[in-house]
Amino acid sequence: MLVYTAKRLLLAILVSLTVSALVFSLLYLSGDPATALAGERANEADIQAIKAAYGFDQPVYVQYFKWLGGAVQGEFGQSVYFRMPVIDLIVERLPVTMMLGVSAMIFALVLAIPLGVLAAMYQNSLIDRAALLLAVVGQAMPSFWFALMLIVVFAYWVPILPASGSDSWEHFVLPTIVLGYYATPAFMRLTRTGLLDVLSSDYVRTARAKGLSPAMVLFKHALRNAIIPVVSLAAVQFGFMLTGSIIIETVFALHGAGFLAWESISRSDFPTVQAVLLLFSWFYIILTFLADLLNAWLNPRIRVA
Amino acid sequence: MTTTLSVENLRVSIPLSAGVLHAVRGISFEVARGETLCLVGESGCGKSLTSLALMNLLPSRAKREADRISFDGADLLKLGERGMAKVRGNTMAMIFQEPMTSLNPAYTIGNQLEEGIRLHKNVSAKEARERAIYLLEKVGITAAASRLGQYPHQLSGGLRQRVMIAMALMCGPDLLICDEPTTALDVTIQAQILHLIKDLQREFDMAVILITHDLGVVARVADRVAVMYAGEIIESGVVGEIFSRPTHPYTQGLMNCIPVPGKTRQGERLGTIPGIVPSMIGEMTGCAFANRCAYAQDICLQPLTTHDIVPGHAVRCARAEEVLALTAGSNQAGTIQSGSPA
Repeated sequence: MLVYTAKRLLLAILVSLTVSALVFSLLYLSGDPATALAGERANEADIQAIKAAYGFDQPVYVQYFKWLGGAVQGEFGQSVYFRMPVIDLIVERLPVTMMLGVSAMIFALVLAIPLGVLAAMYQNSLIDRAALLLAVVGQAMPSFWFALMLIVVFAYWVPILPASGSDSWEHFVLPTIVLGYYATPAFMRLTRTGLLDVLSSDYVRTARAKGLSPAMVLFKHALRNAIIPVVSLAAVQFGFMLTGSIIIETVFALHGAGFLAWESISRSDFPTVQAVLLLFSWFYIILTFLADLLNAWLNPRIRVA
Repeated sequence: MTTTLSVENLRVSIPLSAGVLHAVRGISFEVARGETLCLVGESGCGKSLTSLALMNLLPSRAKREADRISFDGADLLKLGERGMAKVRGNTMAMIFQEPMTSLNPAYTIGNQLEEGIRLHKNVSAKEARERAIYLLEKVGITAAASRLGQYPHQLSGGLRQRVMIAMALMCGPDLLICDEPTTALDVTIQAQILHLIKDLQREFDMAVILITHDLGVVARVADRVAVMYAGEIIESGVVGEIFSRPTHPYTQGLMNCIPVPGKTRQGERLGTIPGIVPSMIGEMTGCAFANRCAYAQDICLQPLTTHDIVPGHAVRCARAEEVLALTAGSNQAGTIQSGSPA
């Protein structure tokens, strides 16, 4: 288990470095950042001044290592728009995004796993069909449109929930449903497929031959094995949810890090965009790493890998 | 000897889109304490479904019917799912063909050994653990106590089958059903496992039903044999009688398929049974083997019964006596190959 953990950790660090290089290079994808920052009416002297101020005049690799060195210490430079340290902005906004992500994940799992289990146990029944319908609708529906529909219904027709803002728990209900529902179908289908597979396995037959109750067979012997791929998917989905939060937070005007990213992109606030991207990516990598560890705990066979 | 299990007219049918598949078509047998009954037959003859039917573990779409399945004096047909759960793994235990996949990869050997006994018998965790260690040692696993913490993937196939056997014996069953317990194992391991089952049977005084397609296994462990073909028992009797006087043309054909040391010459072709097993979908009258049998006549297509040719040796063949007379002396050799399939 120790060797496995060390291997996974090394891999995670390598991926983080690659991602950081990609995020950094984004800065130059849209042309010269100094010219963009200086604005349309700036003259050559202004641009040179900005280059010197932001360090754009140094070789690219020096800029990268300086930036990365700062980033690991939590130092992402100054926000061009807010004129304050980027890290302070993120610290202020991140809790909202995390709250949304975690509640959406819980919503998705609580909805998806029981539905997946029911769909597998009553294969081809009405429950199975209904779950399938839910999955197809969930995958096909654009989340921003679903968000707008929920706002129309629950904030306008039946005004029981707020449409925008992030002041109370009520503000999180609709965004959680939108973001969570988007992830539900994949979890549900994977639970169903995994469970169907496991329920026809030899060791489930062994468990039944021991005289264990159907509940014991299902929850102890079948579900634990069926849930292994769901755990991996959950980590990936949480990453998607963070990205998804950029759209959802914008629609609901939730002042989280996703909203901050959207604002910063439209304001060409490079340091902030880079910081949010890098943090989201690192977060994603850490989650994948944790999912690997959780998987190894659930499935003893991969501990040696 | 007291009869542990007695089955009368067991039928298993599976509805398919093409019609109803009658996989087991009215078989009767019994097995007594301390006795080993071998169910022999080729793939698809219904022998595994028979064992699953006894445990009531058939696939959900399969239907089980019988006149009576009496086990330890109780009629299993009258037990509900709840009552059956008390029998399963407790007084009637089963070992499966695939030791590699029959253990749950996510739990330790100890956990899987102990859960059954903790459920059926009111024992403490410590007692369950002691019983597990005792049985692991019984089935020839060294360092038993430390094995309890191991996972299935850390054990070889032979060891896993030993664990499966120990698991089946945890509650001290009256009947042990072994469904092809050695098919997936190396030949040397096969012999060890068969020995082990025999030894344990004597020690615990169990009835054993052993399902196999391997006549070598039958010769080694059986007290009585029931040969199955297309969902029916076509011949049954004590092992010596069946091997010395195989009567049903199918049984004779099976015997011809085994090489005999000293008798089968090098390079000589082994016997085969021409033709294929008939479709088991729909009703069937007469002898199921008739279309492949060299001795088949019109009478074979009439409804037939199983009868004793000598007490205790039953054959389901309308021409059993004639076949026996025709093949007496020459026995076995080459009678079936010469016939052309109908």
